[in-house]
Amino acid sequence: MNLSLNPSAAVATGSGVVRFERPLRLDSGASLDSVEIAYETYGELNAAKTNAVLICHALTLDQHVASINPTTGKPGWWDRMVGPGLPLDPERYFIICSNVLGGCMGSTGPSSINPATGQPYGLTFPVITIPDMVRAQAMLVERLGIESLFSVIGGSMGGMQVLQWAADYPERMFSGVCIAAAPRHSAQNIAFHEVGRQAIMADPAWSGGDYARLGSRPQKGLAVARMAAHITYLSEPALQRKFGRELQRDGLSWSFDADFQVESYLRHQGTSFVDRFDANSYLYITRAMDYFDLAAAYGGVLAQAFRGLASTPFFVVSFTSDWLYPTPDSRTIVRALNAAGAKASFVEVESDKGHDAFLLDEPVLDAALHGFLGSAALSRGLA
Amino acid sequence: MSATGREDFREILRLVRPGARVLDVGCGEGALLELLEREKGVDGRGIEISAAGVSACLARGLTVMQGDADRDLAEFPAQAFDYAILSQTLQAVREPRTVLANLLRLAERAIVSFPNFGHWRVRMALLTRGRMPETAVLSEPWWSTPNIHLCTLRDFTALCDDLDLKIESASALSAGRPARQIDPAGALENWRAESALFLLSRRHGAPAAKAGGQADLFG
Repeated sequence: MNLSLNPSAAVATGSGVVRFERPLRLDSGASLDSVEIAYETYGELNAAKTNAVLICHALTLDQHVASINPTTGKPGWWDRMVGPGLPLDPERYFIICSNVLGGCMGSTGPSSINPATGQPYGLTFPVITIPDMVRAQAMLVERLGIESLFSVIGGSMGGMQVLQWAADYPERMFSGVCIAAAPRHSAQNIAFHEVGRQAIMADPAWSGGDYARLGSRPQKGLAVARMAAHITYLSEPALQRKFGRELQRDGLSWSFDADFQVESYLRHQGTSFVDRFDANSYLYITRAMDYFDLAAAYGGVLAQAFRGLASTPFFVVSFTSDWLYPTPDSRTIVRALNAAGAKASFVEVESDKGHDAFLLDEPVLDAALHGFLGSAALSRGLA
Repeated sequence: MSATGREDFREILRLVRPGARVLDVGCGEGALLELLEREKGVDGRGIEISAAGVSACLARGLTVMQGDADRDLAEFPAQAFDYAILSQTLQAVREPRTVLANLLRLAERAIVSFPNFGHWRVRMALLTRGRMPETAVLSEPWWSTPNIHLCTLRDFTALCDDLDLKIESASALSAGRPARQIDPAGALENWRAESALFLLSRRHGAPAAKAGGQADLFG
């Protein structure tokens, strides 16, 4: 493990990569050797090791939760939630965020070098699942010397990981927060992901997934995948409010240029995405999400997945305009948590920003999360 | 209004057994739940319709889910609680009969309070002015009131009979005065009680009603 501390920051921050020599067993039956997990930390672990929080990131995000992203130069994706005075305050908590297994920001994924061949894995990388990602996170947490996390928190795919933590490691979490997520992928969820994957694989530069070795990149396909997915993160009213039918220039071009502002916006979303994300990682991670069906391993009874939770405080959040993982998905989670006896709280935040609302300015979310974590911290004895 | 300032809170506090599992339906900012946890050591849950109310409850360390009595009582498995509390809310729900039946599906006992539309002030207002009454308890005009299903004490006891519910105890509540135990069947009480609070159970052991298709949460 190499851990570099930044002494000039207001709070102690660290980043590192851990490598696990013992093979990681995967749900597919395959196993991965020499798995590496890249992570960042904020704040300091207290002497009793009771203040650690694990943040689980969404599909295309990464461990740079509240630090400048080295690839994009932009602020961390949740710097409005993680920082001094914010709901996740590094003065109080030791905050960990790691890049998921299968990712492309330092953790082992399809773009990593296969130690057996010396070449990038490409499509020889095994198909991974949300439980596999969580297993790797649990190994990281263990390596950091933490037996029990104060909280496991995540939105979207991160929320799925929180639910998986609750099923697989209930004794290692004091509380959980699941935002804008679902207990399984719906047909519509899978359908949109399939559009994205087909766009990538239809790009000749994808080369059967072997592009890294060949020195090419399926940028067009990945950009289209992102464009399609991005629409699902917004809402009809938000798109209308932001763009309406506004044109880029005066008048129509009578061609297939980006006449409408919404076209230009989507194209920008697509092209900027390919600079920071790997096409094969996109295939693997979307597959993991599509395979996610937490109840399936418990005879289709979601409450059984949560039977280890006892009276664990749990907070579930949905957004009114999120049509990717709509409120009924969150209510299903809450009902199962209640049936399992967990202390399930739930709020549906009024917002027209769609699924992405969990990353945006939503004061109700901030206040509720602040309240939930603050009171859970008190009952954990955290100052 | 201080946490103990509501007469029905004091009466509920008296009725609830220490350490019980309690569901407060329409828990607002959690004043009653907090009181019950502090004074009676209950294992409490709440349902609240507003996100702001839920936030306030979370900050108090309470376990509360956003929802309403009409739709979301099915979120809990049958017999999950010792008490389900519905304080001054029954008259504002869309389906009081279903809600009442649901309370006694979720819990061994229900504690229900509501304004008595049979109170003499209400009757007088209607009789003398010919207008919908506006009293201390029913403070809003008819066109903005959330109270869409007002009933009298006698109406309520008839519904309890109909649902095969047993009235374990009843008390009359008036602002600023301690609760007074009453016989809800007494003709005079339907005039005197401004508000009433009931402790109910099922007359026969089995749940009084099941919400269609929603009772089996493990299925």
